[in-house]
Amino acid sequence: MRDQEAARRAPQFPFSAVVGQDDLKRSLMIAAIEPAIGGVLAFGDRGTGKSTTIRALAGLLPPSPGVEGCAYGCTPENPAPVCEVCRDPNRREVMRPVPVVDLPLGATEDRVVGALDLERALATGEKRFEPGLLARAHRGFLYIDEVNLLEDHLIDLLLDVAASGENVVEREGLSLRHPARFVLVGSGNPEEGELRPQLLDRFGLSVEVRTPQDVASRIEVVKRRDAFERDPAGFLADWASEEEALAEKLQHARMGLDDVLLHDELREAAARLCIALGTDGLRGELTLIRAARAVAALEGRGSASIEDLAAVAPMALGHRLRRDPLDETASTARVARAVAEVLGAPAEV
Amino acid sequence: MRDLNDGYPAPSSGAPEDGEEVWARAGLAAVLLAIDPRGLRGAVLRARPGHARDAWLEGLRALMGDAAPWHRLPPGCGAAPLLPRLDLAATLAEGRAIEAPGLLTRATAGVLVVPGAERLERGVVGALTQGLEGAAAPTVIAFDEGAEAEERVAPALGDRLAFALGLDALPLGAVSPLVATLDDVRAARAMLSYVAVPDDALAALVAMAAGMGIGSARPPTMALAAARAHAALHGRSAVAEEDAAIASELVLLPRALWLPGAEEEQAPEEQPPQDSEPEDGEAQAPEGEAEALEDRLLEAVRASLPPEVLAALLAGNRQRSGGAAGSAGAQMATPRRGRPAGVRQGLPGGHRRLALVETLSAAAPWQPLRRRTRAGSAPGNRRLEIRRDDLRIRRFKAPRETLTIFVVDASGSAAIARLAEAKGAVELMLGEAYRRRDSVALVAFRKEGAELLLPPTRALARARKALAALPGGGGTPIAAGLDVARRLAEDARRRGQSVGIVLLSDGRANIARDGTPGRGPAQADAEAAARGLAATGAASLVIDTSARAARTGARARPEARSLADAMSARYLALPGAGAESIAGAAGMLSRGSDGARR
Repeated sequence: MRDQEAARRAPQFPFSAVVGQDDLKRSLMIAAIEPAIGGVLAFGDRGTGKSTTIRALAGLLPPSPGVEGCAYGCTPENPAPVCEVCRDPNRREVMRPVPVVDLPLGATEDRVVGALDLERALATGEKRFEPGLLARAHRGFLYIDEVNLLEDHLIDLLLDVAASGENVVEREGLSLRHPARFVLVGSGNPEEGELRPQLLDRFGLSVEVRTPQDVASRIEVVKRRDAFERDPAGFLADWASEEEALAEKLQHARMGLDDVLLHDELREAAARLCIALGTDGLRGELTLIRAARAVAALEGRGSASIEDLAAVAPMALGHRLRRDPLDETASTARVARAVAEVLGAPAEV
Repeated sequence: MRDLNDGYPAPSSGAPEDGEEVWARAGLAAVLLAIDPRGLRGAVLRARPGHARDAWLEGLRALMGDAAPWHRLPPGCGAAPLLPRLDLAATLAEGRAIEAPGLLTRATAGVLVVPGAERLERGVVGALTQGLEGAAAPTVIAFDEGAEAEERVAPALGDRLAFALGLDALPLGAVSPLVATLDDVRAARAMLSYVAVPDDALAALVAMAAGMGIGSARPPTMALAAARAHAALHGRSAVAEEDAAIASELVLLPRALWLPGAEEEQAPEEQPPQDSEPEDGEAQAPEGEAEALEDRLLEAVRASLPPEVLAALLAGNRQRSGGAAGSAGAQMATPRRGRPAGVRQGLPGGHRRLALVETLSAAAPWQPLRRRTRAGSAPGNRRLEIRRDDLRIRRFKAPRETLTIFVVDASGSAAIARLAEAKGAVELMLGEAYRRRDSVALVAFRKEGAELLLPPTRALARARKALAALPGGGGTPIAAGLDVARRLAEDARRRGQSVGIVLLSDGRANIARDGTPGRGPAQADAEAAARGLAATGAASLVIDTSARAARTGARARPEARSLADAMSARYLALPGAGAESIAGAAGMLSRGSDGARR
């Protein structure tokens, strides 16, 4: 875990310097604006900057109040009952960066959920909980690279915690719970195996990540990557103003989210779209509306439009279509067709 | 021309190369790696233990200088040695948790040698790739010791390391000491950050990568680093054409899916995305019609194939091998991961993990006694006394992976309509494999031999593509097909997978193993190959695709059935068969699958 801390303190490639990948960037920003969206899944080829972009997101988000030494990511005003650090009257409040926690592929359940504190148990025989990655990801992002290769029982567990916002531990004689609200971000390469279909639609948004197809952008990708690796500090300085502007935009969107109006026509259009595509359950519809609202907030508009809806429809619905696993017709194409049919000419706001 | 990455055997470009040239290139790669280990990240060395590998490693060690620590990942220990872990001995002695740093931390700014990299577990690959992302990443030298062409280093790891070198076929005489010295490397390192990269050199490298069908952005980035290191080595202050050429030869060429220029029209950027059908055009001349026909056939097959064929097949496998009944996929007692499956006494370490509560409760009753007998024990010392005998370890069960090998008869005797039906049957079973998260492999035989259309994969979309592109016609070399399947089955067994084999054929072989026509020897060879396949212990199913089978069902010609007998396989006649026989087969199979479910 210390390796991970060190890796995170190391300079991260700036979000705004990522070439292309607009869908991925937009979906991540939506998730940052509206954490209730339920996670992002990024599937695509190797070496397309999935990890880079996701890790870069943390740099855009402002630090939030926390308590020094707190392992549960508690807010100072409302600490978790299990957190001893936060119950100490002499605690020190600090601003902590938004955590982006990596879940390594080989991680054991112990490390994810948390386990008995070995140190205490051995030294004093005392039974105490040592929080795991879920606790550290609280109020932040939990990133799983190659989520399609993760063991099924771990994915089930993660999705369950992500949906309930709480980690319930009943093991090794421990019985406790602590809040674990995080945005689950998964990435993977479908060539190496697909995600079980029943897990797919538990993610809020899903985007396909492709290699930029024109040589000019490819050159730009390599150029920036190389510049960053040669001189991280200099590169970050070059991009500081862009990064700051984007961070500010994101912050405005987060603040303004609740004020974005949703017209009835919009809700109706979302419902019609979901019916036309035959998506099961209401989760798709809800995600669609939330995503449209987040996009409107990001663009600084007072109400979400049909265009916003159309823009997020592929990423909100594409992975919810009932499909033949062997059918390669891109689901995004099917969504786009339905959008054109159902929403017709984009309505004015 | 198909994706060379799927190549089986390994892509070898043209004429055999001069050993000395290969060695010179490998040596240059070592020099560049020593100059810019951060930018180049490491190398995959496809070489079995031997002189060439030792010499290369020795050369690299000399060039990296004494300051760089060298570590070796112990094989077969999972990801544990890479990550920080509890030093149990020290912890028990001290009575407080003492953490030992993992290899990834200790090898920072040094070299981490990973032997047996083609057999690494996913968890280890995950830990390594994550370690390689960080700024303080070690230089990774992965030994690919695969004997078979399809045993390769995980793509996720290979993608992150600049060089892929093959040292296996080198004659002894080709290996000579590296020409560069540590001083050369030091001088080049000092120059490295001053080497400029002209825009056209960068553009050339990127265009080259695109032209070779390399999608990932990492190879061109690493090629750029290699070009810069090469320029620095030759004291140039800017990357010259020569540097870029060497870099693309060393970094890009080994990853090429096709050679630039040769197959210009196949480059993906030239294709509209929806047109992702394979290019083996010959099989699908009147495209729309053929597709419509296939669709209809698929419907027909769908109606008559018993459900859950694969589940039943593999259930049979378990019964035969006497394994415990369980849900889908045989269970394998893997010690490191999966669902917990009990606790027993034993020493933790390596891949056995301590079960703490059980350990503590085993130690608890002895505490007063041990405190009394401990020499020099201060009164009031509440420290737990834990002894070796108290230690309990946790056991895990992980579902065993399953590989299903489809062996498809694409010969002329399997008349073209039957081939389409066979394809339909395979597609249906692929769907089932997908739900079960099995991997699949696809072997086809026709004309004089067999071809592995798809090495074991879980990407079923690729399986479907390979299947769709499969042309028909020619002789029936069943033995060749079964031999390929057997090799795959044996490899999979070695990797600890369960194997199922589905043969779709009419069973009438007419090409012998040596490629000569003749029904008699061909049939004998086929049955011999079938017996060989039975010896691997893989569960198998023969689906009779003969036209006769379609008409008469169970009373089909005997060839496929006797082949099934030789394989110890279940026999099933494909569609058109009388309701009675299908119902019978389905009943037989579903009894098996009931067993599989509960």
